[in-house]
Amino acid sequence: MIYETKTTHEEKGNVPSIMTANNVDVFYGKKQAICNVSLDIPENQITALIGPSGCGKSTFLRCFNRMNDTINICRVSGKIKFSGQDIYEPKVDVVALRSRIGMVFQKANPFPKSIFENVAYGPRIHGLAESKDELESIVVQSLKRAGLYDEVSDRLNEPGTSLSGGQQQRLCIARAIAVDPQVILMDEPCSALDPIATAIIEDLMETMKENYTIVIVTHSMQQAARVSQQTAFFHLGELVESGDTQAIFTNPIQERTQNYISGRIG
Amino acid sequence: MSEDHIVTSFDNDMSELESLFEEMGSIVLSQLKDATRALRKEDRNLAKKVVRGDKQLNELERELNDLAIKILALRQPFALDLRYVLTTLKSAGYFERMGDLTRNMAQRTRTIAKAEAEIGPIETLIRMSELVQGMTEDILKAHKSRDSELAKIVRDQDEKVDMAHNSLFRELLTYMMEDTSNIPACMHVLFIAKNIERMGDNVADIAQEIIYMTTGEWPDSKRIKGDKTSKIILS
Repeated sequence: MIYETKTTHEEKGNVPSIMTANNVDVFYGKKQAICNVSLDIPENQITALIGPSGCGKSTFLRCFNRMNDTINICRVSGKIKFSGQDIYEPKVDVVALRSRIGMVFQKANPFPKSIFENVAYGPRIHGLAESKDELESIVVQSLKRAGLYDEVSDRLNEPGTSLSGGQQQRLCIARAIAVDPQVILMDEPCSALDPIATAIIEDLMETMKENYTIVIVTHSMQQAARVSQQTAFFHLGELVESGDTQAIFTNPIQERTQNYISGRIG
Repeated sequence: MSEDHIVTSFDNDMSELESLFEEMGSIVLSQLKDATRALRKEDRNLAKKVVRGDKQLNELERELNDLAIKILALRQPFALDLRYVLTTLKSAGYFERMGDLTRNMAQRTRTIAKAEAEIGPIETLIRMSELVQGMTEDILKAHKSRDSELAKIVRDQDEKVDMAHNSLFRELLTYMMEDTSNIPACMHVLFIAKNIERMGDNVADIAQEIIYMTTGEWPDSKRIKGDKTSKIILS
């Protein structure tokens, strides 16, 4: 049984869901990694997925843009809908889906190209710009939205890999933004960053949620508490509890959640 | 919930916080008992001891505040731990205030005893003090055992203290009206009674903190307040 903590009217009651997962199971070969998980992702909010290593939170995150398709032995069942459409239907164009549901990974992974080309790559292959000027405008806008433009405006032709770790991660966020997604999935985006670079990304996420819906997997409960409006706690492939972040961190219903977030041996 | 944190030093900090809180509570209790005995026996020396004893309580509160701030900053507690640290911090403040009220009670006792003034009927006042002593003992048990039911009982008991205060207020007014020479001492006794009534409120406030700490919910219903002395006039 999945328990949902109390939610406040403002936090969730009136917020429509942009994505919904219903009875999702994920198998790696015979091993079940996710067991019957149902979760709604509210639009223009940040949802944090927390839980111990191996609990399935990253696996579940990767279901939202079918990243698990790239793993041969992985099988996903149940329904995941994006704006009402089942994303696992055969007719779905996975490349187009991933442009609507972007992803930022744990380790910044800029292409071995210039800063400009890193951001321009997506809009170019998706045909989002009709002219060079339009492409440039998309790149600048994306870098601005990722809070990076002021730091790199005079060196857009330098390699993306020449940037610091935090800047590289923001470059990856700009790259995801450039194809105009509605949802951005973040898999431990700050785990390799120092506290200042982490704070800059967290501040950026707060700004980004005006335009995007964010789902973040994080090992840092403090980060989940700081940035998210909704938190879901996973354990052993199950969704144990989900709900308003404040309620989860001050008064969770489930003993397993209580033990995990307060650092007790479960 | 499991008892132990993975980080042992977190457990040590929480145990120390509990010990400091219990020590504050037991000092408040013993101060109140001594202050009441000093009043009954008009014992100036015992009253002086109570006045001096308040300093220790203030020092303990400072120590507890420092530890709670350290836990919040370094351990970043969540859920029950967070509620425990915050409510213990607030409750320690109530104990410190009870200490101040007890000191004031002892100071007034010294004044009365020095003047060898007639204090009149104080049995009701003794009963009020004993009620608050019992509530304090129970609140310490409720805090230690995280017992919200016991905390609710203690919270409700404050009404008895208020009722006794009303009754004592009338008694003393009558006593003063009978003989105006009774007024100086009775005024001090009235203030002492008000102090004890406030202590009952403080214990009830701690009870409320414990209910939140254990359940995560603030009690719904407003606490019944029976102190009607602000509306009493004898003519």
